[in-house]
Amino acid sequence: MTAALESRSLCKNFGALTVADRIDFRLERGARHALIGPNGAGKTTFINMLTGRLRPSSGKMLLGGEDITALGQAARVKRGLGRTFQINTLFLNLPAIDNVALTVAEREGVAWSMFRPANRYRAVIDESMALLQTLGLADDARVHVARLPYGKQRLVEIAVALGLKPKVLLLDEPAAGVPSLESHRILDVLAALPGEIAILIIEHDMDLVFRFAKRITVLSQGTILVEGTPAEIAANQRVREVYLGERHV
Amino acid sequence: MNHAGGYVADSRIRLVEWLPWLLALLCYIFAPSYLPLGSYVLTMIIFALSLDLVVGYSGIITLGHSAYFGMGAYVAGILAARLTAEPLLGLATATLGAGLLGFLTGIVILRTRGLALLMLTLAITSLCLEIANKATGWTGGADGLGGFAMQPILGLFKFDMFGKTAYLYCLAVLFACWWLVRRLVYSPFGASLTGVRENNQRMNAVGAPVYMRLVISYTISAALAGLAGALLTQTTQFVGLKVLGFELSGELLVMLILGGIGRIYGAFVGPLVYLVAQDYLAKQFPEYWYFGIGMILVLVVMFIRGGILGIVDAGIAKWRGTSA
Repeated sequence: MTAALESRSLCKNFGALTVADRIDFRLERGARHALIGPNGAGKTTFINMLTGRLRPSSGKMLLGGEDITALGQAARVKRGLGRTFQINTLFLNLPAIDNVALTVAEREGVAWSMFRPANRYRAVIDESMALLQTLGLADDARVHVARLPYGKQRLVEIAVALGLKPKVLLLDEPAAGVPSLESHRILDVLAALPGEIAILIIEHDMDLVFRFAKRITVLSQGTILVEGTPAEIAANQRVREVYLGERHV
Repeated sequence: MNHAGGYVADSRIRLVEWLPWLLALLCYIFAPSYLPLGSYVLTMIIFALSLDLVVGYSGIITLGHSAYFGMGAYVAGILAARLTAEPLLGLATATLGAGLLGFLTGIVILRTRGLALLMLTLAITSLCLEIANKATGWTGGADGLGGFAMQPILGLFKFDMFGKTAYLYCLAVLFACWWLVRRLVYSPFGASLTGVRENNQRMNAVGAPVYMRLVISYTISAALAGLAGALLTQTTQFVGLKVLGFELSGELLVMLILGGIGRIYGAFVGPLVYLVAQDYLAKQFPEYWYFGIGMILVLVVMFIRGGILGIVDAGIAKWRGTSA
C-alpha cells in the first residue's frame, strides 16, 4: 500500500552545511507518528521541505504516491497536505472564526466571490464554527485571536489546519509555549481527530509524544537515527545518548 | 471595530451610513457657491476609495496611483476631444483603460514587495507623466487638453456653468462606487484580501493564490482610479499634467491617512477635511496655507494613528465606557 506521505533520500545543504542527509521516511495512512530529535537535528527543515516552503537539494517527496517534489506550497495544500506552524502565524487582528473561515473558503473555492456578503455563506461559517467547537473554542469564535491566551491560539492554529480537510496533517510543536496544564487539552484534541487523517507531530514535550504517537522517528544531525514504537524508542541506547541529560527519556 | 468585512461582520447598511449622502444633498441646497469644490471633493473620495482598496485592504504600498487616475483623465479627455463627448461612454472607456493599465502593470510590479514595490509604483507614474508630456499631439503636453464640451448626461442633463449638474453627476457616480466597494469589502474576496494584508505567508499556507488575488484587487482599484480621473476631466472640461506624477499620489495618501486607512469612510472624511481645510487656509493665509496642512498631518500622525475616524472611534468607546 502506498504511504500517505513519503520522502526518498531527501537532502538539503546550505552551502557546506548539511541539514538533511538522505532522509527516507514513510508516513502510513491514518498514522499517529512523531518526529523527535535534539535541537538542530533538522526537524523543521524536514517539515519545511515536506510542505514546499523549502526546496530540497536532492531527493523526492510523494503524497499518496504522487510525486510532489516540484509543487509549491499552495498546490500541496490543495492535494491534502495541511500543517500548523511552530510559531503562531495566525491572523491576529481577525476573530477566531474568520481565521478558520478564510481557510474553508479557499478550500471551497468561494474566496473569489466579490458580490455577496461573506456572512451569507452559511456553509462556510457553519463548518468553521463546528471546527472551533470540536476544539472547545465555540465561546471564543468572535474574539480577535490576539486577545486569546496562547494555548487557545495554538488550538485555533489546529482548527485552521483542519479547515483544509487534510489527508496528511503536520503539527509543528503544537504544545510549544503552552503551560503543561493546558497541554493536556491539546492532547485530548489531537486524540479526537478523525482516524483517517495521517498525523505527523514534531514535539519537544516527550510526555505528549509518548502518549500520542504509535510510531516515533528520531532525527539527529539531519539523518534518521532510529524508528520504532514508543517502547522501542524509550529502550534504545543510542536515543538515550543523543538525548543525554534530557530528563524525559 | 476597526476593519469592516469578514464572515461574522454585519453587512447591512447602518443608519449612520446615510449621513454622508444627507450632508452632500444639504450642501447642494444650502451652499451652491461651493459646488465646484464639492464636485472635486466627491471625485477625490472615489480616488481615495480606490487607494484604500490597495493600501488599506490589500496592504499594497503605492505612491503611483495617479498613473491610473491620469490614464482615466486622459482617456476621457482624448475621447471627448476627438470622438464623442458622451459622458457615460467616456466614463466606461476610461474605467476600462485604467483597469487594463492596472492589470498590465500589476502583473509586473506585484511580484515585488516593500520598498522595491514602492519604487516601481513611482516609476510607473513618472513614465506616464513623461509620455503625457511628450505626446503633445494627443495630450496637449504642458498646455493641457481642453476645448471640448461634454454632451448632456443621458441626453437630458446639460452641464451648467454653476456646476449643479456636475455636482449631482459626481454624487451619483460616487454613490455607485461606494455601493460596489462596500459589497466588495464585505464579500469573501474582501475577506481574503484582509487575510493577505494581515498574514501573507499564512494565506499561501492555506492554498490561496495570493499573487493573482493581489493583481485582481490592484486592477479593480486602478479602474476605480481611472473612473475618478475621467470624472475630473468631464466636470472641469480640461486635463492637465497635474493628474499624473507622484505629487497627486502623495497628496491622496495624505488624505487617506488623515481620514483613516483601511475603512471605507476614512476615504470620505480624509479628502473632505483636507480639501476644505486647503480651501479655507488658502483664502485666509494665501502664503502660508501649506503650513496649516502640514500641521494637521503632523498632529494626526503623532497622536492619532487611526486618522480622524480613529478619534471618533476612541471617543465613542470612551462615551460608552462612562455611560455604561
